[in-house]
Amino acid sequence: MHAGIIFLLVIVGSILFHIFTPWYWTDIASNWKGMDDTITLTFWVGGGVFVAVCLFMIYCVFRYQHKEDRRAEYKPEDKKLEKILTWATTFGVAALLAPGLIIWNQYVNVPKNAIEVDVMAWQWGWQYRLPGKDGKLGTTQVRNIADNNPFGINPDDPFGKDDIMVESDVINLENNRPVKILLRSVDVLHNWYVPQFRAKMDAVPGTVTFYWFEPNKVGEYEVLCAEYCGVGHYAMRGGVEVQDKADYEAWLGEQETFEQLSARYEKLNVDGNKLAKK
Amino acid sequence: MSDEYDNNKSYQAQSSEVMDGSTGSVNPDIDYVRPSEVGEQELYHPHSFIEKWVFCQDAKVIGVQYFLTAVFTGVVGLILSWLMRLQLGFPELAGFMTAEHYYQFVTMHGMIMVVYFLTALFLGGFGNYLIPLMVGARDMVFPYVNMLSFWMFFVAVAVLMASFFVPGGPTGAGWTLYPPQTILEGTPGAGMGILLMLISLSLFVIGFTMGGLNYMITILQARTRGMTLMRMPLTVWGIFTATVLAMLAFPALLVSAIMMTLDKVLQTSFFMPTILKAGEVLEYGGGSPILFQHLFWFFGHPEVYIVALPAFGIVSDLISVHARKNIFGYRMMVWAIVGIGALSFFVWAHHMYVSGMNPWFGFFFATTTLIIAVPTAMKVYNWILTLWRGNIRINVVMLWCLGFIVTFVNGGITGIFLGNVSVDVPLSDTYFVIAHFHMVMGIAPLMVIMGAVYHWFPLVAGKMLDEGLGKWHFWITFLGAYSIYFPMHYLGFIGVPRRYFEMYDSPYMTSAVGMNEFISIAAFIVGAAQFILIFNIIKTLKTGKKAEQNPWKANSLEWYTSSVPPEHGNFGDRLPVVHRWPYDFSVPGAKEDYIPQTTAPSEVIHTEVEKT
Repeated sequence: MHAGIIFLLVIVGSILFHIFTPWYWTDIASNWKGMDDTITLTFWVGGGVFVAVCLFMIYCVFRYQHKEDRRAEYKPEDKKLEKILTWATTFGVAALLAPGLIIWNQYVNVPKNAIEVDVMAWQWGWQYRLPGKDGKLGTTQVRNIADNNPFGINPDDPFGKDDIMVESDVINLENNRPVKILLRSVDVLHNWYVPQFRAKMDAVPGTVTFYWFEPNKVGEYEVLCAEYCGVGHYAMRGGVEVQDKADYEAWLGEQETFEQLSARYEKLNVDGNKLAKK
Repeated sequence: MSDEYDNNKSYQAQSSEVMDGSTGSVNPDIDYVRPSEVGEQELYHPHSFIEKWVFCQDAKVIGVQYFLTAVFTGVVGLILSWLMRLQLGFPELAGFMTAEHYYQFVTMHGMIMVVYFLTALFLGGFGNYLIPLMVGARDMVFPYVNMLSFWMFFVAVAVLMASFFVPGGPTGAGWTLYPPQTILEGTPGAGMGILLMLISLSLFVIGFTMGGLNYMITILQARTRGMTLMRMPLTVWGIFTATVLAMLAFPALLVSAIMMTLDKVLQTSFFMPTILKAGEVLEYGGGSPILFQHLFWFFGHPEVYIVALPAFGIVSDLISVHARKNIFGYRMMVWAIVGIGALSFFVWAHHMYVSGMNPWFGFFFATTTLIIAVPTAMKVYNWILTLWRGNIRINVVMLWCLGFIVTFVNGGITGIFLGNVSVDVPLSDTYFVIAHFHMVMGIAPLMVIMGAVYHWFPLVAGKMLDEGLGKWHFWITFLGAYSIYFPMHYLGFIGVPRRYFEMYDSPYMTSAVGMNEFISIAAFIVGAAQFILIFNIIKTLKTGKKAEQNPWKANSLEWYTSSVPPEHGNFGDRLPVVHRWPYDFSVPGAKEDYIPQTTAPSEVIHTEVEKT
């Protein structure tokens, strides 16, 4: 008797917790509302099954408690019931899978007008690069990385010259414009994750991975590393600032291109040599 | 080979059959059981204390050895989890703990609990003890190899524990051991620690293969007369299928461990691309970190079912015995176990949706993953339909079973979130994942283990565990564990990432502080409650009530041994002969509410028993 009541309280408590929880997702700031909606749908269907199964179990505990003079039913199989349950489950699962796959299809197909943002990760920090006026990022190689070439851009690649180097762990994005995040790592696995955007993907050394989203809320957001990357993992943070077009373009104008950066270092070198000679 | 003579009613009795029958009044027609094709197994009986209790070849002793060693590792894993929860809930009290320590504890806790505790306990512990007894064999078919299997496991555990004491400490790479970080500076224990881990895992796989061969061949070849495959208890089906999975999955782990060892020691580049560290390009190039993830999860996902399938089987038997009702849909249950086992080899990359693998894989693996939900759901339905119209004893064993159903369904449902590729994107690498897999492959199998301990303790020790203490143990564990992991899902919704040494100070995460304190307190209590069981066992061994033979009135063969606890050889002079499945409970017309597997049809001729 007591057992049934406690189990019942656990189920009721779970439902109440879900309704009144102060802990739930952050306000969404990207186009991936479909993910939230699929979660909600899964909550209804899955939560319904969970509650139904548990309530049925609790009913049995109350109703069929052991009595010496009673016998259980003897019925090894019920083909019809098993068939109904199999098909009902298959249908329910398919109903959850369908929206999941549809949204995944959007997730892996990047819109043509998306602006590319090259995110480079290392232990333990982030750097960003944007394509210049030609709209194309220059090719890179880990072995080229140096103080005057933080992304390892191939010096012979004409597309690389006008690439915009953001020397900060904060990147600015234009509101309502899709971005394709290109992820690279120079050492170990990382993952560039902003909870409000919902999306994420690992950065894997030796390859370039990607995902996309469209920020739709102006504001500042924190970037978390979501793939364990060594002792500094928990402290590996960055930032995103989503701005309106005018603000964004003003910010963009202040950034240095790869050519300018190289020139600056050359000047530094020349100055340095002069100093050394003196 | 199992069914061909079941349906054939026209067998003629052979004279030797009548002589061999277990009772004097054998009806030659309906009681016919095909004679054994092989002779009796010759057993090596121990000659000394060491042969009896240390290097023992009796599967029952080996089972207990496995059990105790696994429990030892489990206690270590438990203490590590306490230390982690101390850091997460009350960092001001955990000043001694650095980030290095924390990640080492995370890693060792995960690896210990999954491999050295759960896998060894279910297959090495319950498998060894129960398989020969339940299929009616005198012992495993290769007792000597079985003994080696345990000692190989023992050495693997010793090597693993030794890594706590080497310079740099144990590896802190996370239990998934993802390269490249696993073997690079910046990850704790990237020197000796990771090497010992890889060696220990390799030893575990070797030892496990020796045991696994035994479990499989014993089940396939050493069943007693009349024990067809479709008359085996579901416990045996679960352990059998899990063993097959393990034999196919562990090689992938062994291979990846060997490759990673080579990457570490000889600077090969199986998994290592060009890497820039501290301004210098390392001597690696061209390897693929994602290749390791594929190999790891090709092992790692079946591994989940290596733990879950024996739990499914055992809980089916416990529910049936204590609800006094046949397991509902036995054949469906068998095919669900086999089907889940087969499907589990086609879902591995659902752990890798956001790993950077080709994103088109997502479609395939989301579909296979959700397909697996169907046979799994069927098993759940059949458990609760077994309760329906049963005659349910609400004892400690049944409580653990009910606790299993609640936690397993809860964890199964959250698996549908994570398996459904695009829903996984926001939730992966957050506390939602932690909550999900602890609920479904931590707490749920643990509930079954506990139920099994209370159920079979009278057989193993000949004494009944204390029910009162057992109820305290259950309720504290169940309510505590549920209140740890149920709210934890919601941390994942906020977006709190896993494997964070310190909780973040972002505004949307500071609200998690209170919950973390609550979860930590619950974790301390649940952990401490496990010592109730240890106390119960010690107390029972000293002063407990003596168990009668077959105290639960079960039908399966392990309760029909010549003595309790069973001796070496299990069944005395004569092996039992099986006439039915183990689930003939509450058969209409029968005198008792159970009919043992050894009861011949002629003895219960007036009952409405269905042919199995």
